[in-house]
Amino acid sequence: MDTILTLRKLTPGLLTLAMACNGGASAAKEQAAPAVPAAPAETTTTINAATDVKPSGGEQYFPLQSYRVGPYAAGGTGYFGGFIDYMQLINARDGGVNGVKLTWSECETEYVVERGVECYERLKKGLNGAPPAAFNPLSVGIAYALIDRATTDKNPIITINHGRTDSTDGRVFPYIFPLQLNPYSEVSAIVNYIAERGGGLEKLKGKKIVTLYHGSPYGKETIPVLDILSKKYGFEVKHIEVPHPGNEQQSQWLEIKRFKPEWVILRGWGVMNPVAIKTAAKTGFPVDHVIGNIWSNSEEDVAPAGSVGKGYISITTHPAGRDFPVLQQIDQYVLQKGKGNMEDPKRVGSVYYNLGVINGILNVEAVRKAQSKFGQKPLSGEEVRWGFENLDIGEARLKELGALGLLQQIKLSCEDHEGGGRVRFQQWDGQKWGVISDWIAADRALLRPIIEASAAKYAAEKKITPRDCAAEAKL
Amino acid sequence: MSYHDVAGLSPSHAADSRVLPLRADRVALALLILVAYAVLPFVGNDYVFSAILVPFLVLSLAGLGLNLLTGYAGQLSLGSAAFMAVGAFGAYNCMLRNPGLPLFLSFALAGLFAAAVGVLFGLPSLRIKGFYLIVSTLAAQFFVQWLLTRVSWFSNDNASGVITAPPLLVLGHDFSSPVGRYLLSLTVTLGLTWLARNLVHSQTGRRFMAVRDMDTAAAVLGIPILRTKLLAFAISSFYCGVAGALWAFAYLGTVEPHGFDLKRSFQVLFIIIIGGLGSVSGAFLGAAFIVLLPVAMDNVAVRFFAGVIDPGHLENAQKLLFGSLIIFLLIKEPQGLARLFQRLKERVRAWPLEP
Repeated sequence: MDTILTLRKLTPGLLTLAMACNGGASAAKEQAAPAVPAAPAETTTTINAATDVKPSGGEQYFPLQSYRVGPYAAGGTGYFGGFIDYMQLINARDGGVNGVKLTWSECETEYVVERGVECYERLKKGLNGAPPAAFNPLSVGIAYALIDRATTDKNPIITINHGRTDSTDGRVFPYIFPLQLNPYSEVSAIVNYIAERGGGLEKLKGKKIVTLYHGSPYGKETIPVLDILSKKYGFEVKHIEVPHPGNEQQSQWLEIKRFKPEWVILRGWGVMNPVAIKTAAKTGFPVDHVIGNIWSNSEEDVAPAGSVGKGYISITTHPAGRDFPVLQQIDQYVLQKGKGNMEDPKRVGSVYYNLGVINGILNVEAVRKAQSKFGQKPLSGEEVRWGFENLDIGEARLKELGALGLLQQIKLSCEDHEGGGRVRFQQWDGQKWGVISDWIAADRALLRPIIEASAAKYAAEKKITPRDCAAEAKL
Repeated sequence: MSYHDVAGLSPSHAADSRVLPLRADRVALALLILVAYAVLPFVGNDYVFSAILVPFLVLSLAGLGLNLLTGYAGQLSLGSAAFMAVGAFGAYNCMLRNPGLPLFLSFALAGLFAAAVGVLFGLPSLRIKGFYLIVSTLAAQFFVQWLLTRVSWFSNDNASGVITAPPLLVLGHDFSSPVGRYLLSLTVTLGLTWLARNLVHSQTGRRFMAVRDMDTAAAVLGIPILRTKLLAFAISSFYCGVAGALWAFAYLGTVEPHGFDLKRSFQVLFIIIIGGLGSVSGAFLGAAFIVLLPVAMDNVAVRFFAGVIDPGHLENAQKLLFGSLIIFLLIKEPQGLARLFQRLKERVRAWPLEP
């Protein structure tokens, strides 16, 4: 009985240990929230008072599986803050989408899959009669767990800039949308950028590239496609894993030093990013030849590295900053009224916040598109799915939305649930991000057969009959 | 005075060695099972089934598995999640590579794989005791997760190492709906609980407890220590393996190796510490506490405070409250909820005479 008694005595210690395991990565992400280019007018207090608008019927509901605590809170608060502020703008400025007010409520997931599933089940029935339009969990794990459920329930799942690559094939994944940029496109665009810097794709031959990836499914996802690209263009690629959470990378960077690559692609997450930048500087690798991917591109990823982060390059689908008309309108209609969702108003205009804003634009535009077919009323998830699949935002529409330069042109279809595939590159100047490239496109024609093959394999495993898009379009 | 054991005193040895000697307990359990099978499927909704009952049942089963090892046989383990992962990936590969294999058979095979892995990592238990044994089971935790991430064969070469459950067919019936998943988990959990309850009342169970209480004395009595310890690891891992398969198939529908990390092992350990070590019902009470209470608190919090308090602060407040509840409970009753429940029953028995 001795061990058991000791175990009981030690329970509080074990609890502490477990908590340390859970929250270990949080420190670096949450500490830094650096200033973004000066706001037109600094707002005063912005505690999100009464963001949950009381609905009265005739409303469209956005269920938000948000995360505001835990190791990834920096991403969650920024993204959901931007999303909510954009919806507040639509309600305050336009009175909703064609008169249909937007409403929303939050459910905390902490980025944990089980909690995300619980939230999905809790929120999917709508709010006081307002039907849910689309789910935006901003978590690969949660999105994966929702694929079956959402397909059965006919609710769109939006995984902007992330998610399962083969869900781009809408024939097999009718309700999943890796909007704008899936992981394969992301890597392809980075390779194209490297080629552009070196003088063309043919110059890639013989070059050496290292990918430093987070030891998780997310980190591994792009290994096969990089191998394909390296064969095609003749560059040499080396994949080096950093075990989670990645707060010690000395040996990896020494290996990089021995390999002498021209470029390092950083596929990081959380605390791994600033540590990578610091260790690169320490081992003498030029930081301006490290390219961060879409989850290594926020202010919170580079600022904790301090002055050595200067020159660090990262990919982005949208620039940071507040100079876009849509952000100025958010300031005018929402922030200055004291209704902003961000606890720290300085983070308005940061990478995560602006991602929330463009995600808001895409969701609202999909609802608007769906209303043009199904009528100006609250719509079901199935109808909003049609809106997403027929989303077509060109330059003229971007100008109307006040998002020219912030959001890329995007056109989706039944087969293609991604639609964009273009990115820009930004460089850290020690204080803020500056955009250093025009839109660079991924080689989507090359990636499409790989995606289709992967989706077909999934369909066979799950016994799914792919949709016939041509027949659906005639309906 | 409705709950009284004198009326239930058994007249024969056979009746005395029943799994539940008290008549009132048997009736209560029968009623509970009746409600679970005949009432809940008709009154519950998707949320109740897929977000509350299924995870509760699956984690109860995992807790029960660990309780057999830690609570009954006295071997500490932090590898429960690893054995769950073996079960999940084992069942997945069984069904993927043998089309037409019955679901329950693949669950059983998954349990056997997990049992084999459990025996392997249980071998050090002969030489290592107490807290040092945690380190060896911790090795299982890290090794299994690493292996499943590293070798893409296990996830059928999925680029991101995630597996997806096939349709849940039992004898031609599709159990993929939320209520079907619930009934599937309930049946597996009840069946294995019945086995566990019998096991701990058998000679094997008494051997487990003898080894737990003092293994030298047990050896002197002629109990084979190695075999008993390895058997405990095998049975415990079997339970965890089946729980892992249910977790992947009946609950989430899709899992990655990362879903079975150290956090999950801690969660299962806390379930049995809070529920009560060395008790079958403890696993269920503990799982209810760990799984259901936070969900209930969150539902209440959101209903009453959303829009008034910042959502981040609201979440942190719940964590504070939950943590305080755990500390309060462990101070009040270090032996867990099962013991608390036991004391309550004793109080009820003596109620009108001794307050």
